[in-house]
Amino acid sequence: MAKVTVRIPTPLQKITGSKGQVDAEGNNVKDMFTNLEKQYPGIWERVYDEKNTLRRFINIYVNEEDIRFLDGENTALKDGDDISVIPAIAGG
Amino acid sequence: MSDFTEEQIHRYARHIILPEVGGIGQEKLLKAKVLALGAGGLGSPVLQYLAAAGVGTLGVIDFDVVDMSNLQRQVIHNADTVGELKVDSAKRFIEKLNPDIKVNAINGHLNSANAIDIIKDYDIVVDGSDNFPTRYLVNDACVFTNRPNVHGSIFRFEGQVTVFAPGDGPCYRCLYPEPPPPGMVPSCQEGGVLGVLPGVVGSLQAVEVIKLIIGKGEPLIGRLLLYDALKTEFRKLTLRKDKNCPVCGDEPTITELIDYEQFCGMPAIEV
Ligand SMILES: [Zn+2]
Repeated sequence: MAKVTVRIPTPLQKITGSKGQVDAEGNNVKDMFTNLEKQYPGIWERVYDEKNTLRRFINIYVNEEDIRFLDGENTALKDGDDISVIPAIAGG
Repeated sequence: MSDFTEEQIHRYARHIILPEVGGIGQEKLLKAKVLALGAGGLGSPVLQYLAAAGVGTLGVIDFDVVDMSNLQRQVIHNADTVGELKVDSAKRFIEKLNPDIKVNAINGHLNSANAIDIIKDYDIVVDGSDNFPTRYLVNDACVFTNRPNVHGSIFRFEGQVTVFAPGDGPCYRCLYPEPPPPGMVPSCQEGGVLGVLPGVVGSLQAVEVIKLIIGKGEPLIGRLLLYDALKTEFRKLTLRKDKNCPVCGDEPTITELIDYEQFCGMPAIEV
């Protein structure tokens, strides 16, 4: 399995014990979140909705690319990939 | 350069000697019309720097009055203007800073009934609003009127900046097709915000506005700039136009402004 780092946005850091960056493993994005859920229970439901589809106000980037324009949750990961979880924020 | 007064040549000297701005760029700035949505954390530096730069017409729309708790970050206001309309307080600041600027102070809410009418009088819109219904409203209105939308948003220690340019790049709905359900993302009021953060993010928005006006550099179109104040880190992610976007995609399903409070399941006003 590919070893990657995941950047966790502020609103989700309660789940990761205030960590803004965590290590994770997985061959694709969905796989990675499945594994991450074991380590940080609760993260899955923040990123996926009740129908287990990725929430539409949170974007997942592999390196600099939005996975919606790659293979979505099936986007393959390789060692060293930098995953960003970026939710919409509205403050001004 | 013949149109400048002596005072203007003096005031804008540091711009005029920059080859990228010059007399021509300064003239463009003086002729430009920019609308700032919100005279709050982001709107403050946006209006201050655009006024200083000589952007000739500045519109500012806000419904709120200045509160003491705003002064931690909304630096266009001050202790003497607490209790005043934010648009009046902002207008007074701008007029003191630079009498060249014509300020249109619009006290009220941007809504589906007035958005197109207000936006069409400006060349560029700067979104410094503080809620999702207004973010989607501004986006759609800018797509329909073909106005670039210089977007900034903040949360606690993090900021996002990008330029949505209809025709040239993605829009806000390409980026976030749907808003979070109410309560899922806390507001600044609930979550707090570092006071300087909107200063950084709003200043970046002001830079992008000026680049668009003078037509120099690479505008932040199709790229999302992320700022993390705690890590002192800037990163850029690629944004793409979504061909299935309901407003700017190949077959748009939203062709006029909708009810955004219903769409977001929340009021546009933070109570
Ligand atoms: Zn779009």
